[in-house]
Amino acid sequence: MAFARSRQALAIAGVLGLALGVTACGTGNDKKSGNASKPECAPYAKYQGHDGKKVTIYSSIRDIEADRLDQSWKQFEDCTGIDIDHEGSGEFEAQLGVRVDGGNAPDLAFIPQPGLLKRFVDSGKIKEVGADTKAMAEQNFTPDWLKYSTVNGKLYGVPLGSNVKSYVWYSPKTFKEKGWTVPTTWDELISLSDKIAASGTKPWCAGIESGDATGWPATDWIEDVLLRTQGVEVYDQWTTHGIPFNDPKVADAVDKAGTILKNEKYMNGGFGGVKSIATTSFQEAGTPITTGKCAMHRQASFYANQWPQGTKVAEDGDVFAFYFPAVDPAKGKPVLGAGEFVSAFADRPEVQAVQTYLASGEYVNSRAKIGDWLSANKKLDINNVPNPVDKLSVQILQDPKTEFRFDGSDLMPAAVGAGTFWKGMVDWINGKDTTTVLNGIESSWK
Amino acid sequence: MTTATPTVGAGVQATAKPGRAARVRKRLNSRTATLVSIVLALLWTVPTFGLFISSFRPENQIKTTGWWTFFSDPQFTLENYREVLFSTGSSGQLASYFINSLAITIPSVLFPIAFASLAAYALAWINFKGRDWIYIAIFAMQIVPLQMALVPLLKFFSTGVTIAGIQVLPAWDLVDEQKFAQVWFAHTCFALPFAVYLLHNFISQLPGELMESARVDGATHPKIFRTIVLPLITPALAAIGIFQFLWVWNDLLVALIFAGGGNETAPLTVRLAELAGTRGNEWQRLTAGAFVSIVVPLIVFLSLQRFFVRGLLAGSVKG
Repeated sequence: MAFARSRQALAIAGVLGLALGVTACGTGNDKKSGNASKPECAPYAKYQGHDGKKVTIYSSIRDIEADRLDQSWKQFEDCTGIDIDHEGSGEFEAQLGVRVDGGNAPDLAFIPQPGLLKRFVDSGKIKEVGADTKAMAEQNFTPDWLKYSTVNGKLYGVPLGSNVKSYVWYSPKTFKEKGWTVPTTWDELISLSDKIAASGTKPWCAGIESGDATGWPATDWIEDVLLRTQGVEVYDQWTTHGIPFNDPKVADAVDKAGTILKNEKYMNGGFGGVKSIATTSFQEAGTPITTGKCAMHRQASFYANQWPQGTKVAEDGDVFAFYFPAVDPAKGKPVLGAGEFVSAFADRPEVQAVQTYLASGEYVNSRAKIGDWLSANKKLDINNVPNPVDKLSVQILQDPKTEFRFDGSDLMPAAVGAGTFWKGMVDWINGKDTTTVLNGIESSWK
Repeated sequence: MTTATPTVGAGVQATAKPGRAARVRKRLNSRTATLVSIVLALLWTVPTFGLFISSFRPENQIKTTGWWTFFSDPQFTLENYREVLFSTGSSGQLASYFINSLAITIPSVLFPIAFASLAAYALAWINFKGRDWIYIAIFAMQIVPLQMALVPLLKFFSTGVTIAGIQVLPAWDLVDEQKFAQVWFAHTCFALPFAVYLLHNFISQLPGELMESARVDGATHPKIFRTIVLPLITPALAAIGIFQFLWVWNDLLVALIFAGGGNETAPLTVRLAELAGTRGNEWQRLTAGAFVSIVVPLIVFLSLQRFFVRGLLAGSVKG
């Protein structure tokens, strides 16, 4: 009896499996074909000739942003007949290694960490970009940007999106009501903080909790301050281990960041004392600005997406951002930022065509129009950027005075940049002294 | 065969066991024990209950207040479920991933059970040279952590096997829906050692007289396996089935690596992991998504749990 029943179950399961397989196969393969003759396809003429080919892209971009990506290259797909299959994953950094080592690499990957990119170049997995792509990249990006994806003089990736991290978020409304003015130098920033603190409000709020990555917002603080106190040369030496991690110049910058972050008088509006920074999630850290519990929050341009629904992000709205002021404006305008790089694990012609296209002006403008995105690509037209904070970022990135530097923790080896540096910052917020923390991080850099 | 000594041993055990078991049962049935277990069960359920309530609350409520405020300010919506199940784009479509999960799970449960029961029978009741060594080897395979085998197995699928430059096995070269086969293969491989070990314990304990008399009556091995062994080990099969089902259904790692994240093959868990916004917000979707993925394991567990209990006990008490 029992056996008869189990055989029946087996049969049902088998039939079910077959049926599923058949239906799945039936819906999957809709071959795309190019419509090269249409007038709107003119800009894509040079990418023709790969009809019906498929290019897979792997990235850490998910959710709405991933939908927007799909939308941004839709016309390219329609015109060239190349099918771009994008897959975004929250486990991108770990999974990419597994897939590449397992011989199952995607055609293209958007890698946000030059350190990680270099690892794959060193193991010979990433292909050097083709001549067309190289020409397109050199035409559209400054050498500063191409430097991050260049290893031993060869270019292994083209920059795609960017973000600007050197921002302090504030409420234009509150500032106007209270008669506060946006500071343009470090000293003004501190005197404004003192003024706000004296009025009974905590001037700053911050949060560095971010799951596995807890601590990263604090590393941005240190990098931003180091760029301001020591300039780009020392910063470059620091990120490449030309000077030790615990160099006195770095310690000085950390202490300077500490005059704000570890100041009980300044911290942590709406959440509690200094230690609450470590347990406040970075997504929520800025929200007290909207309720007037704190006045300023240093965070990147993408924080524009984190405000509660209905918050107006504009120069005259509920929240906006100002440039995190330089200590000495005469020494230039250092800007901290980040971005991702399109690297190829295959050198088939259609893969190179997509890589070239992603570096082109057509692509960045088509993506920018959809919103919440920007690039350091020189062809990007500021009028195509709808979001006011992104507009400001494009202005900063295209300003010739700007000295742009990539997020230092992404440039360092992952064990430091995404490991001990993050953890060290949590300890530091929780009361450990600067010297001990920096010595600990230095000893982990092999 | 001498049957005298074992019978005496079994007799002694049989008289000692009920006494001890009865005492344990009596203690577990006392009023305090019941009370304690009810309190424990309630405490364990509270987080799930909170999640459940949250999944029916509007987004801005979830993000600004705790789930317990539902009782003072009840606001009910099915929007979260609608979004995760049916909305287009990257924020939902769980409904189609649900099918993927079934397509991955059903074969990944049936294959290892089928192979393991055959192997266990062969290792227990068919006499051939070196079978103990094979059994020990299979048993020992349990100590290989799954994580260690991921990259080699992926290589095996994508490039085949080459020994000294000669292609021994070709690459599988699977695309889209065909990748299900990789996941089935991987899950079957990872499940086999434990399943063989567990079923071998059951099957080898079946009375030898039963097998002998069947053979005297002219039954072949396939016949014995089908008509005697399989019905007798049903509780064990059910127990392993539930174990394997829950493991495969909830698995993220194996599916992520061997099925990829595409919508043709990715199961619910992979989708669920991607449902959070890129920067960790939008968790109102996760509450509803979690319950969508919980439903099937709950049904399986509740409908098969009597087998489960019987299957667990069957191994622990002899005679």
